[in-house]
Amino acid sequence: MDLSLSTRNVSGPGGDRTVVEVGGEIDVYTAPKLREQLVELVNDGSYHLVVDMEGVDFLDSTGLGVLVGGLKRVRAHEGSLRLVCNQERILKIFRITGLTKVFPIHTTVDEAVAATD
Amino acid sequence: MPGDTPGAPESYARTFEGDGMATVELRFSAQPEHVRTARLVAAAVARRAGVDEAVLDEVRLAVGEACSRAVGLHRSHGITEPVSVALTEEEKVFSIEVGDSVPGPGGDPADSGARNGSGTTGASGGGLDRPDPETDGAGEDEMGLAVISGLVDDMEVRSGAGGGVIRMSWPAAGAALQA
Repeated sequence: MDLSLSTRNVSGPGGDRTVVEVGGEIDVYTAPKLREQLVELVNDGSYHLVVDMEGVDFLDSTGLGVLVGGLKRVRAHEGSLRLVCNQERILKIFRITGLTKVFPIHTTVDEAVAATD
Repeated sequence: MPGDTPGAPESYARTFEGDGMATVELRFSAQPEHVRTARLVAAAVARRAGVDEAVLDEVRLAVGEACSRAVGLHRSHGITEPVSVALTEEEKVFSIEVGDSVPGPGGDPADSGARNGSGTTGASGGGLDRPDPETDGAGEDEMGLAVISGLVDDMEVRSGAGGGVIRMSWPAAGAALQA
């Protein structure tokens, strides 16, 4: 129902990073809004994204699909998509789907912005 | 619900084959915005049935996945009937059945993926009325099922002429303990 999105640009050692702060529930209803946001960022030339999931209360497979789609898009431009998440209930979903191997997951935004590998 | 939709009960009865009456039944039009309502109701009934607090997140996620999948199936097949959810509290078990009205060829769970095959092969494959016209991860349907099977130990997918049903169950302490 309620999904909040805000973006900001941050400079890191590897260059500019766009932090997308997501709050609320990412499900079959709200996921399209997140997708639009990610698509818009990539179309505008932001290829290094950090998605901050600390404010996310709920995430389902539709949301995972959108994140995977975002990753696909930034990779087409040699970009990156990193996640920030410490919530066990959310991390569990990445684990059971094997997506912890696909996404770099960080504990803080600073750490994600500083990552250059 | 008496007098709700005359004519519907035939397929409805076929959908749920349980021997007892559901504790709570829910039917909602196949719109993504109602999936959240189903999650909230399922979690509330599960809590009431004595499902462990630590497991409620899983119940919420699993029922959401099953409902999202049913909504997607209804929409991609142009089915206007509602998606149905039956929440049943038994002595030591809490079960949820999510039923769709998309006829499947048989009882093989693998069919459920195949029958949603229209349009997931290409992002530009048309289908203007699809809820998710730009499918990022082809086969979100399968991903939803993967999440459910990863979460729920006791889970079953049935498919028949009247539609498909995903049945999931969890241990419950029983509402008597909370009375």
